Amino acid sequence: MSKRIDVKDLNVYYGDFLAVEDVSISIEAKSVTAFIGPSGCGKSTFLRTINRMHEVLPGARVEGEVLLDGDNLYGPGVDPVTVRSQIGMVFQRPNPFPTMSIRDNVLAGVKLNNQKISKGEADALLERSLRGANLWNEVKDRLGKPGSGLSGGQQQRLCIARAIAVEPQVILMDEPCSALDPISTLAVEDLINELKDEYTVVIVTHNMQQAARVSDRTAFFNIAGTGKPGKLIEYAETSTIFNNPAQKSTEDYVSGRFG
Amino acid sequence: MTSTLTPTRKRSALTKGQLPKAAPYIVLVVALILGAAILALIGFNAFGWGVVSALLFTVGLVSWSGAVEGSRKAKDKLVTCLVVGAFLVALLPLISVIWTVLVNGIPGIVTPGFLGNSMNGVTGAFDNKSVEEGTPVLGGIYHALLGTIQITLLATVISVPVGLLTAIYLVEYGNDGRLARAITFFVDVMTGIPSIVAGLFAAAFFFAVVGPGTKTGAVAAVALSVLMIPVVVRSSEEMLKIVPNELREAAYALGVRKWRTILKVVIPTAISGIASGVTLAIARVIGETAPILVTAGFATNINNNVFGGWMASLPTFIYTQILNPTSPSNPDPSTQRAWGAALVLIILVMILNLGARLIAKLFAPKISR
Repeated sequence: MSKRIDVKDLNVYYGDFLAVEDVSISIEAKSVTAFIGPSGCGKSTFLRTINRMHEVLPGARVEGEVLLDGDNLYGPGVDPVTVRSQIGMVFQRPNPFPTMSIRDNVLAGVKLNNQKISKGEADALLERSLRGANLWNEVKDRLGKPGSGLSGGQQQRLCIARAIAVEPQVILMDEPCSALDPISTLAVEDLINELKDEYTVVIVTHNMQQAARVSDRTAFFNIAGTGKPGKLIEYAETSTIFNNPAQKSTEDYVSGRFG
Repeated sequence: MTSTLTPTRKRSALTKGQLPKAAPYIVLVVALILGAAILALIGFNAFGWGVVSALLFTVGLVSWSGAVEGSRKAKDKLVTCLVVGAFLVALLPLISVIWTVLVNGIPGIVTPGFLGNSMNGVTGAFDNKSVEEGTPVLGGIYHALLGTIQITLLATVISVPVGLLTAIYLVEYGNDGRLARAITFFVDVMTGIPSIVAGLFAAAFFFAVVGPGTKTGAVAAVALSVLMIPVVVRSSEEMLKIVPNELREAAYALGVRKWRTILKVVIPTAISGIASGVTLAIARVIGETAPILVTAGFATNINNNVFGGWMASLPTFIYTQILNPTSPSNPDPSTQRAWGAALVLIILVMILNLGARLIAKLFAPKISR
């Protein structure tokens, strides 16, 4: 249960401002793809267009096509809610629902949509998701406690458990480790390695070592200057990007000469 | 000399002169005595004594501190005196009001039947008799208490849905567009409407729609709603605004529809603030007199129907008892009943405020481990 993503000639706007220009990229199913690049180059913005979260912001719009196994997400009549239930997202800052227990947080995707689920099924889904997020052993004795009482790293893994509980095809992660300490980061990175057996994972990161550690392919985004649109500069195997990049600016960025 | 011993000195080089710890108390006692002495010369009264003593205390403490500790500490003392003084000035009317109402209201409240009887059939003759023969004051506020509760409850039932839905539109759907800005503007204008105007509006509205002279509890409830809605909108709006956008995005990313996100994530997160805002809005309108006078009229009997007949309420009860005593020749029993009603009203408001705190605490998102 994972699907590939093909993006064709995508332009992303905030009102009249062109934020990301002319991106075409193919993301394989069951792989980890990392987006790297300097701040403000549009990698998070681009990530949010893949599950139609971009248009939640006032004035935001998109031109071009994003195909999920050949189906255009931006085709006429496509319901963004259907898209988002297939393409899950984990955010930069852990954001468990403060009014809900750990159990309810994981089952939020089911319960908030009022889907009927028996208690046995719910328990199975809860355990499967929490095990999938490497969190089961830490929280199994306090499933009824509020999710906001966990540590930052645990909260982030709770959010990942919440995302995989809706059984998506693709998981997008927007700098999932930037608010975490190195040990929690390691836990999340291990988890990403396991997740790619079942899901297509796309991760935005500022940490190049992290991109090198977890990703199969890496896309480098760059921006020509303030007010200019961000562009996809180079997209290749992670080892190629880090060892033998084709573009000068990619080499400058990954070797730390810039940005 | 390379001694490691610290030279013994009388005082650390890092300190300046310090006033003894008891200094404020010494100055206070001196100021009180001096104040009493000065007031004795021009005729003693407690209020003047307080003011003069406070001035003497400030001058004394600041000049002593200036002499011993230097100008920075003296300024600090001066500002402390001003801040504490302002606090006392603000507190004084509050304590005075509570004290007056307690002293005057308790005799009314403890009279048997005060909370359980209406004024139905209580005439001036009974009041005259109670003053002349010392029998207990008859009559009570049951009808007014019942009226206040019914009218306020109906006003709440009208205002909360309208106010909350307006706030949801403004925060979640308005996008700061023209309509949203117009609503915000008119809500702000409504906040400043004098309550009598709200009462006249409701009265005129019902006169036009139902028929001239329509005075019922429901009309009063509509008038109170006009006053309540802007308060509910404003407080709910603020509460919805502080719900972090991350939570909405988290729900959207799980494939949850917008209206469900609002219903199941945004409102539960903000419910404690919304509930206490609503309770405070109720407390704000429960003591309104003018709009009820022109919409529900006066009644001396128990009326259980908000939609029919005149209805009493605590504020109008107080108003009529003071202005038109039941027995014009002996107004004391009426005054006693009015103070009793005032005390009950204050207790109601206090219960509502405590209720708001309790609600805020019960519904607040739990972050304990």
